Amino acid sequence: MHQSEGYEPVKKVSIIISKGSLEGVYPGLIMANGARMEGIEANLFFTFFGMEAIIDKKMDHIKVATVGNPAMHMPTLLGSLPGMSAFATHMMSKEMEKLDIPPVREFIQMIHDAGCNLYACKASVDMFHLHKEDFCKEVDDVISVGQFYEVSAGANIIFT
Amino acid sequence: MSTAVAVKEVLGKQLAIDADGNLVNLTDWNEEIAKELAKEEGIDVLTGKHWQVINYMRKVFSETGDSPSIRKLTKESGVDTKELYALFPKGPAKKAARIAGLPKPKGCI
Repeated sequence: MHQSEGYEPVKKVSIIISKGSLEGVYPGLIMANGARMEGIEANLFFTFFGMEAIIDKKMDHIKVATVGNPAMHMPTLLGSLPGMSAFATHMMSKEMEKLDIPPVREFIQMIHDAGCNLYACKASVDMFHLHKEDFCKEVDDVISVGQFYEVSAGANIIFT
Repeated sequence: MSTAVAVKEVLGKQLAIDADGNLVNLTDWNEEIAKELAKEEGIDVLTGKHWQVINYMRKVFSETGDSPSIRKLTKESGVDTKELYALFPKGPAKKAARIAGLPKPKGCI
């Protein structure tokens, strides 16, 4: 990539994952991993249903939404049939594996090992009656929105 | 193969480099050049683990025509993610590819 004069590289990012579907979780994970690969400091913050990606019992069962997504080009009634979401998830996971995109648990571990901090949102944790022990071991802490802004000092904040 | 945009001198040799500053010709590379490229990246001494990653990258590139992703490195090079970042700080896949005389990895992972 050509770098013109006055070029300011991104130095730090805070990425928020707020959705619990497969297509809601992966973009944030890919961006966090990509940031670390470029030597950019990164923090990941999981809120609301985005926490599905770090809840130990749920993270291996994240699915593609086949209803309410016009880009799936699937009639709502068809998308709502039993097994349809599991089938779409299976197909998409196969395509992702070809691109070397790992399953959620492996990806979370990779991102954590790459030096990215992972946080769960305190308001969501309280609302869903969760505890630190419900999360996978890679989660560093449960933090408030105020603490999130503190760790995000100097960062570009990306909401997904 | 990437396009040459400039030439740089390493150990008295004129080597073609691409827009990312990586070597263009695989045959220009040797272990002495690698040591010089590593110094430019702030790595003064290439250890056995560094070489394990570099050699693995060259092997994958010769087989597939692309530098391996960080996931492939983690799974197959025998060096895990944490160690990769310790060996090649601030971007292991990108830096190791550069030292290995290969273009920057094209993939997103």
